[in-house]
Amino acid sequence: MSNEVGKITWISGPVVRAKGSRNVGMLELVEVGEDRLVGEVIGLKGDQMTVQVYEETAGMQTGETIYGTGLPLSVELGPGLIQSIYDGVQRPLPLIEQAVGSFINRGARFDSISREKKWKYTPKVKVGDEVKGGDILGVAMETDTFEHRVMLNPDDKGTITWVAGAGEYTVNDPIAKLKMGKEEKTVTMLQRWPVRKPRPFTDRRGANIPLITGQRILDTFFPVAKGGAAGIPGPFGSGKTVTQHSIAKWADAEVIVYIGCGERGNEMTEVLQEFPHLIDPRSGRPLMERTVLIANTSNMPVAAREASIYTGITIAEYYRDMGYHVALMADSTSRWAEALREVSGRLEEMPAEEGYPAYLAGRLAEFYERAGYVNNLNGSQGSVSIVGAVSPPGGDFSEPVTQHTKRFIRCFWALDKSLASARHFPAINWLDSYSEYLEDVGNWWRERTGKDWLAMRNRAMELLSEESRLSQIVKLVGPDALPFTERMVLETTRLIREGLLQQNATEAVDAYSSVEKQIRMLELVLYFHERGMAIVKRGAPINLIHDLPVVDKIIRAKSTINNEELQKFDDLQKEIDQQMGQLDAEYRQ
Amino acid sequence: MSETTILGGQEVVGVGRIEGPILVVEGAANVSYDEVVEIKDSRGELRRGRVLEVGEDFAVVQVFAGSTGLSIDGTRVRFLGNTLHIPVAEEMLGRIFDGLGNPIDGGPEPLTDRYADVNGQPINPTARIYPRDYIQTGISTIDGVNTLLRGQKLPLFSGAGMPHDQLAAQIVRQATLGKLAGAPQTEGEEFAIVFAAMGVKNDVADYFRRSFTESGALTRVAMFLNLADDPPVERIVTPRAALTLAEYLAYEKGMHVLVVLTDMTNYGEALRQISNVRGEVPSRKGYPGYLYSDLASLYERTGRIRTSEGSITQIPILTMPNDDITHPMPDLTGYITEGQIVLGRELNFAGIYPPVTVLPSLSRLMKDGIGKGRTRDDHPRWGAQLYAAYARTQDVRALASVIGEEELSDVDQKYLKFGRAFEREFVNQAFTENRSIERTLEIGWKLLSILPKKELTRVNLDEIEKYYTGTDASN
Repeated sequence: MSNEVGKITWISGPVVRAKGSRNVGMLELVEVGEDRLVGEVIGLKGDQMTVQVYEETAGMQTGETIYGTGLPLSVELGPGLIQSIYDGVQRPLPLIEQAVGSFINRGARFDSISREKKWKYTPKVKVGDEVKGGDILGVAMETDTFEHRVMLNPDDKGTITWVAGAGEYTVNDPIAKLKMGKEEKTVTMLQRWPVRKPRPFTDRRGANIPLITGQRILDTFFPVAKGGAAGIPGPFGSGKTVTQHSIAKWADAEVIVYIGCGERGNEMTEVLQEFPHLIDPRSGRPLMERTVLIANTSNMPVAAREASIYTGITIAEYYRDMGYHVALMADSTSRWAEALREVSGRLEEMPAEEGYPAYLAGRLAEFYERAGYVNNLNGSQGSVSIVGAVSPPGGDFSEPVTQHTKRFIRCFWALDKSLASARHFPAINWLDSYSEYLEDVGNWWRERTGKDWLAMRNRAMELLSEESRLSQIVKLVGPDALPFTERMVLETTRLIREGLLQQNATEAVDAYSSVEKQIRMLELVLYFHERGMAIVKRGAPINLIHDLPVVDKIIRAKSTINNEELQKFDDLQKEIDQQMGQLDAEYRQ
Repeated sequence: MSETTILGGQEVVGVGRIEGPILVVEGAANVSYDEVVEIKDSRGELRRGRVLEVGEDFAVVQVFAGSTGLSIDGTRVRFLGNTLHIPVAEEMLGRIFDGLGNPIDGGPEPLTDRYADVNGQPINPTARIYPRDYIQTGISTIDGVNTLLRGQKLPLFSGAGMPHDQLAAQIVRQATLGKLAGAPQTEGEEFAIVFAAMGVKNDVADYFRRSFTESGALTRVAMFLNLADDPPVERIVTPRAALTLAEYLAYEKGMHVLVVLTDMTNYGEALRQISNVRGEVPSRKGYPGYLYSDLASLYERTGRIRTSEGSITQIPILTMPNDDITHPMPDLTGYITEGQIVLGRELNFAGIYPPVTVLPSLSRLMKDGIGKGRTRDDHPRWGAQLYAAYARTQDVRALASVIGEEELSDVDQKYLKFGRAFEREFVNQAFTENRSIERTLEIGWKLLSILPKKELTRVNLDEIEKYYTGTDASN
C-alpha cells in the first residue's frame, strides 16, 4: 500500500531530507530508503520534506527512495498489549530477539499485536442494538483475570447487524458487523490510533481519589490524585528510578504503563525479570499481568525515544476508555526533551533556552494534559495518572525542563542528593515538595480511615518545618542551647524522619504500607509528641525522653509490624503510656 | 596505517573546503551516511576518515588524523562503501593497538577474517540478564559499600593529581569472582581486560602497561592507545574499537571482560571540538546536544546476555574539570552509569588511599548482588548503617567547628571518633592489600561498635546481638 513519494537529498543522523511529491501529509508515517526504515514527516516546504527516522541511518545513501503510507504514526490497540514489551514505536522486543538475536537490527518489522493468538471472547451486544463510538461490544480475557473490554472505534456509529458468538478469536477475526448509513462495516478486536492525537472522552471529573502507592512520604505527605500528574526531579543517584519502580509495583491502578525513555538497559531488564515474580496484593496475580512496558533505552535510536512517550500515553488512554484506572510512569522526560532538542538542532531551528526548541513547553503541556479522571464515551469512568521523572543537569532545578514541567503538574516530589548520600530513602525532600491535591483527597481519607488525616499530616509538616528552623540554630550553637520544649520537637521529628519518611523498598514488610498502617504510624508519632511535650513542660530533662526504650521500637515499627497486624500499634501506644506515665508521675510534684 | 581496506569505492580528487579536521567533498555521488573514507594527501600518504553528513552532491568528512598538510586540490578522497570495521580475535589479548585498532607493538595484523562494526548495535533489553554476581575487588569502599557486579558500568570520578590510575590498576589486579563471606580465597585469573586510553599522557599508559606486566596479566590485556599527542579526532573511535573487541570476547567467546576507559573527559572534549567546527547548536558548556546519547552508545555496551556465559563490566575513569561533579561530563555519565566511585581531594591530602569519598559514591546494582546467599545476610543493612553514621559524622564535624569538640554531647563525641576511625581503618588500605569480604564486614562492625547500640537503627537487633563488640550494655 505504500507508494514512492520522494528521493533522499540529505542525511544527518536521524534526520533526512527528500524531494518529491507535494501530497505527503505532515506527520505522515513513511518508509525510508531501501531498508524501509520507519520515519515520520516533520517538515514540508514546497516539494521538500524533512523526515525523522526511528532507526539508525548509517549506510543510507542520497538518492534512495521514500515511500508514503498515507497514515499518521499510530499504535495498534487490542488484547495482547498487557505483558508486552515494546520499543518506542511499538515494535515487540521479544520477537525482534527471536528473529535477529540479542542485538537490535535495523528494518526488523513485526506486528505489534499477535495475529495468531486466540482470545476467549464474550459478546455484550446483540443484533439490532444501536451503538456509538466507545461502546463496549464484548469482553476478551487478556489474562486469566483481566477483562479487555472491546470498544467500538470512537469515530464509528451504527446498528449491529451481526454478532459473533462466544468463542475464541484472533484479533483479525470479525466479532460484529455494523450498518453505518449505507455501508456495512466489519469490526475486529484490533484498532489503530494516531499517537499524537488524544483519545476522546465525554468530560473530566474532579480528581479527588488518591492514587495509593504504599509509599508513606507520597500517600501521607504529598498525595497525587487518580487522574493527576506528578513530577519527580532529582540529580543522578537520588533514587528516581527506585521510586518509579516502587510506584509501578504498588500503585492501586488496574493497568500500569511503564516507559523507559532513554534510560538504562539493565533497569528495563530488572523490571522484566522481577515483575512476573511479584504478586499484586489486590488481585493476587503477578504484577506483570497488569503491566505494559515501553523500552527505548539510551543507546536506541533517539527519534524513537521522542515517540515512546506518545506510544505509552495512547495505550494508557485506551485502557482508561474501558473504565480502568491507569498509572503511567515516564522515566525520564528529560531524555525525551533532549531527543526533541537533538532533532531540532539537526533541523537548525532557532534554539530557546539551553538549546531546547521554543516549543518544548508546549509539548510538555500536551503530554501532561493527557492525564485525567474522565467520564468515558461509553459512560464508564477511568483515569490516567502520570508520574514523570525529570533529570535536571547537575541537579539544578532552575533548568528549562524542570521549570516547564512544574507549570503543568500539581504534585512535585523533589529528590535531594544530600538525603540520598545519607541513605535516607526515598530521598524526597519534604520542604521542597508539594501537592495541590491535599484538600481534594481529604474526604477520601476520612471515609476510608475515619480519621482526620489532613489535620494530622499538617501537624507533622508543621513540626518538620519547625525542625528546619531549629536546626539552623543547632548548627551555630549546638543543641544544648535550645530549651527542652524545642528539643522535644527535634526528638519527634527524628521519629517522623526515621520511622515514617524513610522506607526500605527492598524489605518485605516495609516496602508497602497500607493506608491504615500509615495513619496509625502518623497518629502514634503525634501521640508520642503530645505526651512528651506535656512532661517536658513540667521540667523533665529531654534526655530521659530520648532514652525511653519505646523510641527505638517506634522507629522500627515500619519493618516489624506488617499491614495485617495493626493491633500491635495499640501495644506500642500502651508502652508510650506506661513509660511516659512513670516520668509524668515523677515530675508531677 | 592499515592496509586492510574494503575494496571498491569511488575516488574524488580535490575537496571544496577544509575546516579543522572537517573536509567538505563535492561532486561525490551515492555516498552513504557514516561510511569510511581513505584520504590521500599530495605526497601519497594515507589517512582515514568518516562521513558525518551527506547532501545531494557533497559529503562532510571527518579526518581522524586531522587535516594538517591537506590541500584543496591535492587531496584525493576514496569512499569505501562501508562503516568503520575492525578485526576481532581472541589473540588480540596481549597486544597493543593504536586508537583506530591498528597494531603498534611491532607484531603482525591479527589473523582473522572476522570484522566487526565499531558502532556496535544496541542490546535488546529482553536479551539481557540482570547482573547479580558480585566482583570482589579486595577494596573495602567498593566491596563493602559500593559493590561492583559483573555486567555493571561503574565509573571513577576523580580529579587531576589524584590516584585514580592506581585504584583502577588495583581493581584490575585483584578482581575475582565474588564468593560468600568466609569462603576460601582464589587468585583472580578469570577476567580478560580491554584497556582504552584516550588522550592520556604517555607515562599513564606506561604505568598501566607496567602494572599489567608486574601482575602477570599482560597476556590477557588488549590495549588501545590514543595518547595526548595523538590526533584528538581519533579519540572518538578508540573506545568504540575497544568495546567492539570486548563484545566479541564476551558474547562470542564467553569470557568475562573488564573494560577500563580513561580518560572520558578527553573523549568529551574531542566530541565538542568536532561539534564546534561543524557549527552545531551547543547545549551546556559548548558540548553538543547529543552528548548524552553519544555517551550512552558507549556505556550501554556493558552487561550480560542470555545467549552467552560472558559479561562486560566497565570502569570508565574521568577527571572532573575543576573537581566539579555538575560539569556535563560527570553529570551525564552519572545519569547513564550504574553508580559512581568518587575520589576526594581532602582524603587525598590526609594521606588516605584510596581517597574514596563514600557519601557521594554509589553502586546502584549493589542491592542485587549482596546479602543472604551472596555475601552475608547482614551486609545490606550494615552498609546502610555505615553510610548513615558517616553522614551524621559530617553534621557533627560541622557543629564541632563552630562550638568546639569539648562542647559536643557524649554521643556526638563518639560519632567524631567513629568518623576518624572509619577513614583510617575502613577507607584506608594499602595498594597491595587485598581484603576478603569477611574482613571488610568485620572492620565495619568494629567501627559501628564505637557507637551506642541505640544509634544503630538501620541494622536489626539480632545482628547487633551477633556482631556488636562495643561496651554499650544497654537493652
